[in-house]
Order: sequence, then C-alpha cells, then structure tokens
Amino acid sequence: MKERLEALRQEALEQLSQVADAGRLNELRIQYLGKKGQLTEVLRGMGALSAEERPVIGQVANEVRAAIEAVIAQKQEAFEREETARRLQAETIDVTLPGKAPSVGSIHPLTKVTQEIEDIFIGMGYQIAEGPEVETDFFNFEALNLPKDHPARDMQDSFYITDEILLRTQTSPIQIRAMQQAGGKTPLKIICPGKVYRRDDDDATHSFMFHQIEGLVVGPNIRMSDLKGTLLQFVQKMYGPQVQIRLRPSFFPFTEPSAEVDVTCAQCGGHGCRMCKQTGWVEILGCGMVHPKVLEYGGYDPKEVSGFAFGMGVERIALLKYEIDDIRHFYYSDQRFLSQFNRM
Amino acid sequence: MNVSYNWLNEYIDLEGIEPARLAELMTSGGIEIDSVPARNQGVSKVVVGYVKAREKHPDADKLSVCTVDAGLGEDLQIVCGAANVAAGQKVPVALVGAKLPGGVQIKRAKLRGVESQGMICSARELGINDKLLPKEQQEGILVLPDDLEIGRDIVNVLGLDDHVLELDLTPNRSDCLSMLGVAYEASALTGRPLRLPDPAADLIVSAEKTSDYVKVGITAKEQCPHYAARYIKGVKIGPSPLWLQNRLIAAGIRPISNVVDITNYVMLEYGQPLHAFDASKVAGGRIEVRLAKEGETMVTLDGQQRKLEPHMLVVADAEKPIALAGVMGGLDSEVTGDTVDIILESARFAGATVRAASRQLGLRSEASARFEKEVDPARVIPALDRAAGLICRIAGGLVTEGIAEAGSAEAEPARIAISLDRINRYLGTSLSSLEIKTIWSRLAFEASETEPDSWIVTVPTRRPGVTRDVDLIEEVARLHGYDNILATPIEGPTTTGGLTKPQAIRRELRATLTRAGLHEAISYSITFPQRAALFPQLSGAGEGIRPIPLLMPMSEDRSVLRTTLLPSLLEAVVYNKARKTHDVGLFEIANVYHTAEEVLTKLPGEKPRLAFVLTGNRRKASWNGEAEPYDFYDAKGILEAVFERLGLTDAIAYEAAQPEHFHPGRTAAVRLAAGGESLLLGYVGQLHPDLQREFEIGDAFVAEIELAPVYEHAASRIEYRALPRFPAVERDLAVVVGRSVTAGELVSAVREAAGELLESVRVFDVYTGERIGPDKKSVALALVYRHADRTLTDEEVTAANDRALAKLEQSFGAELRK
Repeated sequence: MKERLEALRQEALEQLSQVADAGRLNELRIQYLGKKGQLTEVLRGMGALSAEERPVIGQVANEVRAAIEAVIAQKQEAFEREETARRLQAETIDVTLPGKAPSVGSIHPLTKVTQEIEDIFIGMGYQIAEGPEVETDFFNFEALNLPKDHPARDMQDSFYITDEILLRTQTSPIQIRAMQQAGGKTPLKIICPGKVYRRDDDDATHSFMFHQIEGLVVGPNIRMSDLKGTLLQFVQKMYGPQVQIRLRPSFFPFTEPSAEVDVTCAQCGGHGCRMCKQTGWVEILGCGMVHPKVLEYGGYDPKEVSGFAFGMGVERIALLKYEIDDIRHFYYSDQRFLSQFNRM
Repeated sequence: MNVSYNWLNEYIDLEGIEPARLAELMTSGGIEIDSVPARNQGVSKVVVGYVKAREKHPDADKLSVCTVDAGLGEDLQIVCGAANVAAGQKVPVALVGAKLPGGVQIKRAKLRGVESQGMICSARELGINDKLLPKEQQEGILVLPDDLEIGRDIVNVLGLDDHVLELDLTPNRSDCLSMLGVAYEASALTGRPLRLPDPAADLIVSAEKTSDYVKVGITAKEQCPHYAARYIKGVKIGPSPLWLQNRLIAAGIRPISNVVDITNYVMLEYGQPLHAFDASKVAGGRIEVRLAKEGETMVTLDGQQRKLEPHMLVVADAEKPIALAGVMGGLDSEVTGDTVDIILESARFAGATVRAASRQLGLRSEASARFEKEVDPARVIPALDRAAGLICRIAGGLVTEGIAEAGSAEAEPARIAISLDRINRYLGTSLSSLEIKTIWSRLAFEASETEPDSWIVTVPTRRPGVTRDVDLIEEVARLHGYDNILATPIEGPTTTGGLTKPQAIRRELRATLTRAGLHEAISYSITFPQRAALFPQLSGAGEGIRPIPLLMPMSEDRSVLRTTLLPSLLEAVVYNKARKTHDVGLFEIANVYHTAEEVLTKLPGEKPRLAFVLTGNRRKASWNGEAEPYDFYDAKGILEAVFERLGLTDAIAYEAAQPEHFHPGRTAAVRLAAGGESLLLGYVGQLHPDLQREFEIGDAFVAEIELAPVYEHAASRIEYRALPRFPAVERDLAVVVGRSVTAGELVSAVREAAGELLESVRVFDVYTGERIGPDKKSVALALVYRHADRTLTDEEVTAANDRALAKLEQSFGAELRK
C-alpha cells in the first residue's frame, strides 16, 4: 500500500507539472484529492491493514496529500497572478492622452496688477477708497488747485458732459472725497484705484480710457522723507529688494514739492538697455507733498497736518511688467490675449 | 524753449561744465532737458569763399563753373549747380577733404568733363534747418554777408560750434522761457555768478520828446495792467547781423529783418514779448489798449481776416485795431522794408485774456505762450530799453526821450515767512541755517533773518510760481537735491489696511467666475447711441433712463456713456470670432451710468454690475467625448455658484421672463428676496435669435446683474449647523404633469406641503416622450426627510410624502407615475 501511495504521489506530481490552466488544475485536484478521488480510494483499503501498519501508512498518506495540495496551491496562485497580470494588461490606457481639465479662466492683467499693488499697500496699513467716474469740475480740478483758467489744465484735455460735470481725468478727486469724509481725522492712509478718461488719440501707448492708482497719507507730521521711504518700500515689494528709486523735481498743481519717480530698470538691472533708453531708470510714478490748498479743500488745516500723495498708471506698469507692445490689447477682450494671464 | 549753450555762456561762465553735464544738472534741479543736440551735424573744412567769376559750363546748361578764392592762396575751380550763384558773392565752400552732414565727403571730381575742386554749399547741405531761413536763402546756395573774411571756418561763421539745450518746461517754470531765467537757474544750480546785460547800454536818445509823437492809454485795465512804448526815428530796415540770426536759428526762430529779429531776440533774452509798429501806419499817434468791439475785424500778420469778439484785447490806434494784444500783430502796421520810424511796444497783457483769444482763433505764437503764463512785471521796461538800444546799434535810428506809458509796472513781490525748523520738519532733512542761507543766496532771493533760523524771504517777480512757504521748501529741496533726502518710515500710530465689503466681494466674484472658465474683460465705458439702445430692461430705457452724451466726443463711435455692459461683451464675442476664437466665455465687472436727466445737473447714478457671455463650446470635441456646447443651464449654473459663494442661494429666485432682445422662452429674471421685498437683479438667458443673427454669432447665453444689492445682502458669516445624529429617509416621487408646469413650482409646492420633516427636495429627472403623452412631462423628485432629535417612523414619512403628492395632484393635476 505504501508503494501505491508513493506511485500515486509520483503520478500526481508528474501530471501537475504539466498543467497549463486553472481548469485542468481543478480537474486534477478532484481526480486526486476529491471525495471520489484516487487518494480517497487508496485509503479505503486502510481497513485491511494491521494496527501497527495503520499509523505508518496514515502518516504516509497525509504526506502525499500535503505534497499534492502544496503543489496545487502553488499552481493556483501562479495562475491567479497570471490572470491578474492579463487583466491589468488589458486595462492599460495611453496616459499621454490629454486629461479632462476643468477649464481655467483668467483675471484681467490690469486687475492683477491693481490687486498686487492694493495688497502691498493693505499690508502697509492702507484702506482702499473709491469714487465716481463721472465727477464735478470742483472735485476733479478746482479742489486740486486747478482753478478754471489754470494753464496746467492744458495738460489734460477732458471729456466734459456739461460745463460742471466731466469724466474724471485722474483718480485724485477720490482723495478730496476721502479727506472730506475723514472729517479731519488722522492718520489717513488710502489708495484709490480706478478708471480715468482723457481726450487722447488712441495709439500704442495712449488710450482715452485708462486706470490709475493713487495713494494719499495725511498726518500730523508727514515728511517728504516718509514719501521716499514709502515708495521705496512699495517698489521693493513690487519689483524685488535690489530695486532703487530716484526722485526728480517736477510739477503737479496739487503737490508741492512735486517729483517724478524712476525705478531701477527691471529689464537690465540698471545697466542700461533699450527699454530704459540706456538710462538704467524707468519712470513709473508722480508724487509730492500735498499742496496746502488741497489739504484745506479736504477739510484739514495745513498748519496742523501735512501729507503726501502719489499716483501711477496701471497700464504703464502692466505694459512694463509683461512687456506688452500695445496698450489697446487691454481693452479688446481678445481671449488669446486674456487667457495668457491665467496664472497666480 | 531751446537754449543755445554759447549764448547762455554770456550770462554765466560755463567753463568746465559741458553741455551734457549742464543738462544733467538742470534736469536734477527740475528743468527737464530731453536732449542736447550739437548744432554742428558733421561739418568740417568748409570755409568762406569769394566767387570771383562765374561762367557757363561748356556742356551743361544748368551748371556753372566758378572761380573761387577760398583763402588758400590759389583760386579754386568749382562746378556749381545752383541757379543763384553769381560773381561777387561770399559763399560757403567745402574744400577737397571736407565733410558734410550725412557722411558726405568732398573729393576732387570731374563734372561733365570740367574739374571741380570743391563744392559751394546750400544751408541744407550744412545741416541747417532751412525752414528757419529767409525764402531766398532756402533755394540754391547760401549767400553770406559781404563783409566776411575769406577763408574763415564756416562752423564759426554760422555759430555751429554750439549745443542746444531742449527744455521741457512744467507750467510752474515759465521763468525759464527766457535766457535770463535759465541763467538764474544755472547760477542757482552751479553757484556761479551772473553777468547780466545793462538794458540801457546801447540807447541813443535824441532831444525830441516821445510824447510829441505817441500817446498811449489803457481802457481795459484788468486785461492790461501796464503798457509802454518807445518811439524810434530813422531806422534802416535790412537783414540782421549773422550772430543775431544764428542765435535766433539756434532757438528755432526764423530771422526776418533787423527790427523784427531784435524784438524776438529780446523776447528770448528777457521773456518779454515785444512788438514793433510802423509809426506811419498808426493813425493819430495814439495807442489805446481796449477790448474789441462787437463785429470788429482785423487782418493779422499772417494775412488772415479775423473776426474779433468782445472778450479779446486789442491794441488800437485812433481808428482801428492794429494788433491782437499778445497774440499777433496786424498786417497794416507791420514793419516793412520802407519803414523809417517805429513804435516799439512792451506790455503786460493778462494771461487768461491772451489764452482765451489765442485758443479761440487757433493762433499760438511764441509771444502768446509767454503772456499766457504771465510775464515778469519788472522786465517790461528793461526789455523795452534793451530792444530799443539794440535797434539803435544795429538798425540805426534815434530813440526819442521818454517812454510813453500807461498803467503801472508795480507788482508786489511775495514776502514769505519761513523757518529752518519748518523746512527740516517738512522734508525730513537736517539742514543747517548756513545751508539754507546759501540756497537763498544762490536763488538770488533776498532773505532777512527776523530771528535766529527764521526768515522773511522776498521772492523776485521773475518767479511768480513761488508764493507760499511750501514753494520755498521746494526750492530748498531741489537745490539740496532730492537724492539727498533720506527714506524714512512714517511715524505715528499704526493703521490697519483692508478691503471694503464690495471690494472683497468683487475679488470673490472674479475668483468664482475664473474658476468657471471665464476670462475677465475690461471694455470701454463710452459707446455709441445704437449700442446703448440694446436691452432696454437692463439699460433702464423703459423707466426714462437715457445714455449720457459727451459734449465733445472724439468720434460718433464713442459718444455716450454705456447704460448696460452686455453690448460691450457682444462686441468682444464678434471681435474674437473674427480671430477664429469661437468658444468664448467672458465676464466684466464695471459701472453703468444711469440718469433720467436730459442735461445733467447732478452726478448720475453709477451702478456696479456683473455681466457675462458664453458662446460656443464649454468643452471642445475630444478623443474621449463629443463637443459640449454651452447652454442656458451653464449660464444659470454660474450665477448659482456666484450666489452660493456669497451666501445668497436661499434668497435668489429665477422666474421665466421675456425682456427685449432675449430669447422669450429661455430667459429668467433673477430676483433677490431682501427685507420682505423682491428686488430684480437682472436677467440670465439666451440672446434673441434675431440679435444673434444681427451680430452674426451663434447661440449666446448671457447674464447681467446689479451688484449694489448683492454687496448689501451678501452674507460672509458662515452659520455652522451641527451634523445630524439621526438617519434620513429618502423617498422618490415621480409625477406626470403638463409641460408648462415648471420644476420651480413643483419644488415649492412640495416644500410647502411636506412640512418640517422635509430636509431637501431635488429634481433628478425630467422626461418627455411618447410613453406619457404629447403635452405631458414626467418630473422625478428626490425627497429627503429627517428629524433632528429622533429616528423617523415609516408612518410619518409616508404621511408627509402623501401630503406632497396630494398637493401636486390638486394644484397641477399631477399623476403619480408608476
């Protein structure tokens, strides 16, 4: 009987070694280990054995069963692995095909620049003030020390609606409104963004509608050196810590002293290039100490307080920042243009 | 103002300060100088030559062969093509080896077989702007005065060894519209002393009295505070000497004749415009400065007949206007070659008066530019004397004794009190008293120290812009140097910055809309009337709102302020389509301008709005899917997302509406429930197919809503609700109703009927088709029931669901779909 068991093992292992698929494996499992399988059949003859032989043969039979089961399990696992591999192979996709991205919109470059500047000044403790685009001559000119026959009115031809009402030519009227609203309180620290309008023929660098941002600080002891410090802080946050500023005396009716402000050319770092006309400097701002008359119109006593103001053109800053060649691109809503500004 | 460096050097020693350096100094001091061109554009080895003989070229009609003495010892043979060359002339001769502007080199050459040893030059060939030359000098060669020394370098003769400082003046620095003013500025910046001319030095006065020849009077005292005239007898009109012509040309003024040139020269020198009248043409020997009379006319120097208006100031003789004061002289009384006696005028005309006249007539001159900015009262008489003296010297003639004068030269100079402390506190500097005093002295401002470190500064009338202490502080700042002011942090209490609620909401709107794939547009606020007439329900046209017209638009296209945003976005769609961008998603946040007034008497309402447009595909056709075109529900969904972000979802309602220019079956009014009221915010819908056709665009889905109520009612506060502790029960309810019954009606009916246990109801399917009949549709609703404090029983849910169904059956004839 022992010999029969050994022969059975030999035969089964031989057969199993040739199995190529899970179906055949199952057949062989039934053939050898099933209830009516060959091993069971051999073991039926156990009853004829002596008491001494029985445990010996029983052990042999268990060994044979274990050996066959082990091989079957091993085979089974291999087949399952293969099956999984096959399935995964079949499920393979081309990962280089484009994904299903949600479409990404874009904020207008002028808005981006405006928000960037707003955020810098908010961080410096400024509030954002706004005012009407259709303004009175008083707020747009007179209260800014530009009486009706002032020669400086030549500098900006305006869109009038009536003799007394016009499209604002600058964001400065917001300063007067904000001062009046503050009711003499100090310190007042605001920036005023907005659309402005001038009778300029449109070309690559001029537009009859454009955007400005102005800043105003009024307090008991505001100095011109504070203006310089503020602007330096601003441009270094905007353009990087290596950037310097240069103030040149200039004239605005609403400030005294007045200055134009250049920053180190971002393109060449100040060495001189085409963009800065070889000077190393690019003009971006006008500024000055608030004229006493303007403070008076704003409801402050120029003997008690002083202030500074500055203003810049958003388009100019955006043109320089993104190296855009034509200001008109900002207003034509060409999606090929707008969609380029879709990044943080 | 163009300033000759050499001329300026007469008033202040510029030794060691090159033109470019001077320009830098002036620019950093506040007088911007854009460029400093050299007058010599590349001329060398050109000398004065004498044409001894001129003969015809043997083989060429238009050429002549000249024998020229150029001071070389040997005569030159030069072939010349100019018609005006003649024997006996002094001319500029470019010798062999000479260089001319534009890289021209003169070589020995043969012209039609005749040797030419140089070239006789025209003004243009020498790089001179010949528009500034007398007409006869513009054509052909430049003929020089007879008295020039043969062989002299032409660079020297024409004053080309000079540079021109091109001043870009701000309105407060009209003092630099004169050579003397620029000299004062240069002196202040360099600390070098001035060498001022003595205005009366050249006067030759006769024994005759001016009052016997001319009397002056002012009727319009406000417009003319001061008028002065001198009478000069026996002048000889002719060309000016070269040095004078050269200086005018350097300044960009055309030489005309000695007397006129001298008036221009002195205008440049003193900043005081002058005018010379032919005395024989001034009727009655009387000059009156008055306002023009109604209907009066005169012919100005340029030959134009001018209609005068009563606001215009004229200089008149006993009969008629002879000059438009400060703007232009009259043709009749012009100085001509025959003039013998002249009346020379120097006056102060009010800036505003001159500006109004020059603007209205479109006549701007060097004189008007100076009067407009107010001339220095203290220079009226010196300039008159200076010019009269120069006329005596250059044009001959004798000045009669005395000045005919009306009005007064007096002008109070500004006296300004200022202290060292005030200056340093204003600028953030720590200047010393000595430094300040040095600055007053450099400016030639008289300062008396009233107490230690405090001054009363007397500002000369040549600096009318300096009237307040801050003006003086600016003078200190610019002479001290803006670069030398430190950068300091602001002292005092700290402030907190931040956005206002509307500003924060606008940022949120932009974030939400860009996440939805839209691009932000900024379009022009000024449009044309037909565009403004679109979408009357949005533009307010129905309620009498009218677009605001500009008084003087630049074009019809941009003549009124927009009352709605959508037309601009539709134009943008057209613009994009023309550039082959067919899938367009744009939004704009901007103001529209509403008024019911025909003529504005107060500021219009500026209403902030949000508008967007969607057209083409939301998603392009791809390897894994068909193209997905935008539809109404994309537009509405974007609004829903916006209102969700602003905490307004429960306050917003959409109702079918038929506003003009919208698709009548695919448009909703957007309403906001606030404070017991229902506010119309705007519309969302498809454009009317007719309008789509008009704009030649495909289906476009748009929305425009009012933002002011949104700003007001948006709830930024998040109200947290505890998570439910008891399970929900879900029931579906599918009913068949008539096609015209809206989902909104069904949902609100269910909400009302099902009671408090109903947590939410959602439409999850809408079906139309044959199986349920042609006029019917099936709407499937998912209802969720929940109680906060206990588990619901099946009975109570069923009861609530039955109530909902009963309500639908009752109100809409709904049948339960099995």
